[in-house]
Amino acid sequence: MKAAEFAYARALSVADAVALLAAAAGEAKLIAGGQTLVPLMAMRLARPALLVDIDGIAELNGIAMVGDTLRIGAGTRQAEIERSGLVGREVRLLALAIGHVGHGQIRNRGTIGGSIAHGDPAAELPLVAVTLGATLLTETSAGAGEISARDFYLGPMTTTLPADALITRIDLPIWRGRVGAGFHEMSPRRGDFALAAAAAQVELDGRGRCRRAVIGVGGAAPTPIACADAARLLEGRTLDDTLIAAAASAAAALTEPASDSHGSAEYRRRLTAVLVARALKDAATMARAVP
Amino acid sequence: MNRQAVRLTVNGKPWHGEVPTRLTLVDCLREEVGLTGTHVGCEHGVCGACSVLLDGEPVRSCLMFAVQADGRAITTVEGLAAPDGALSPLQDAFWECHALQCGYCTPGMLIAAHALIARNPAPSDGDIREALAGNLCRCTGYQQIVDAVRLARRRMGEVPP
Ligand SMILES: Cc1cc2nc3c(=O)[nH]c(=O)nc-3n(C[C@H](O)[C@H](O)[C@H](O)COP(=O)(O)OP(=O)(O)OC[C@H]3O[C@@H](n4cnc5c(N)ncnc54)[C@H](O)[C@@H]3O)c2cc1C
Ligand code: FES
Ligand code: FES
Repeated sequence: MKAAEFAYARALSVADAVALLAAAAGEAKLIAGGQTLVPLMAMRLARPALLVDIDGIAELNGIAMVGDTLRIGAGTRQAEIERSGLVGREVRLLALAIGHVGHGQIRNRGTIGGSIAHGDPAAELPLVAVTLGATLLTETSAGAGEISARDFYLGPMTTTLPADALITRIDLPIWRGRVGAGFHEMSPRRGDFALAAAAAQVELDGRGRCRRAVIGVGGAAPTPIACADAARLLEGRTLDDTLIAAAASAAAALTEPASDSHGSAEYRRRLTAVLVARALKDAATMARAVP
Repeated sequence: MNRQAVRLTVNGKPWHGEVPTRLTLVDCLREEVGLTGTHVGCEHGVCGACSVLLDGEPVRSCLMFAVQADGRAITTVEGLAAPDGALSPLQDAFWECHALQCGYCTPGMLIAAHALIARNPAPSDGDIREALAGNLCRCTGYQQIVDAVRLARRRMGEVPP
């Protein structure tokens, strides 16, 4: 299991990286943390002629709050997000999800941009981005662009990102007020990809009724999915067990799980409903604790 | 063949060489630097046998090409003992608690446990298990490994017995 031959170039800036990608005309691949790409290359599932290393480009790194948005540079390590007080305070859903990504050693190298660009349907960070409706900022040699995470995923490991583009930043909306979040997944072993995962975030009004809510499901369809209709059931109402169960089954009905050696489609669909209910319960409990 | 110059600091000593770009860091350490303490198991990131410290942080050295590590400092299992060869308290505790049988996972376990204690001098049993969860052992059943880390932690004086 050794990677095939490739040429290697370290990009010193975003401009440098997109110029290298443009010159390679589809034969190059970006490498950030390498925690997905190196195994794919070892198994010869990927054989890029040129690796463009974007690890350590300063402008791709960092976490900052600007108004009601949390801006995270695409090259920011998952371990840094996990330890960030700003993320823990402002985007609790991300803080809850990030510890489920692989193991500590994987998160010490893996980046948020690499996980979002790769687009594994069971990956936690794409699920959070889709659930919250994050905006992905991109760059090509032709200029800057942006796309909603909800329009980004086409299928397993398939996105709308052109081969010559780089994701530079992930912008996550910050909700203020009586906000709570919940994240639950089931995986066969600690650190494995999830059989199914559920993310939820709610905001309550002064009387404890749901003002707005988002629900997302991962691992149970070809892409992570935002369950807008299920979330709408909650609006204006008190989040009791009956309502939560109704929203959870509405969310599970949207899934198209596959059967494999880890579990049948029917099992995954039922699991999804259980996980969504747990995530919603956690979110409601957390929001009620906010004065 | 694509080759490139790489400079590393390995266990405090500078090393440089010209290596194939496709050479992983673990193969570079074993075959070029000549330090065979770091083991290579799965070559795709799941077993942890190849764990090393990269600028102090534990990482999988099979999930990195050596060229990516250019300019960085690496600590391997050979770097954990004192310069005179005396075992570290953690290594001693592994010996005492029988935290190894075949020894294949041991370099990775030591690196992962060393990094845990460096970051968190008073880890709970839960912290220990979490820090080692990415390192597989086919022999011990893990219990003695957790015992060894707990013993080392106590000996290092941070937690009363
Ligand atoms: C043992 C193991 C367990 C894992 N478990 C999980 C898990 O439970 N959940 C999970 O989500 N992931 C898991 N992963 C994957 C891990 O989270 C990766 O870190 C992450 O998916 C990719 O991030 P990276 O920076 O390492 O990307 P890389 O491997 O460097 O790149 C991945 C892909 O993204 C592209 N890319 C990278 N950065 C950018 C960018 N800025 N713009 C555009 N394209 C880019 C690359 O070209 C490549 O195609 C696991 C990995 C391992 C080895
Ligand atoms: S050899 Fe690196 S994780 Fe198994
Ligand atoms: S001692 Fe044999 S694999 Fe751990």
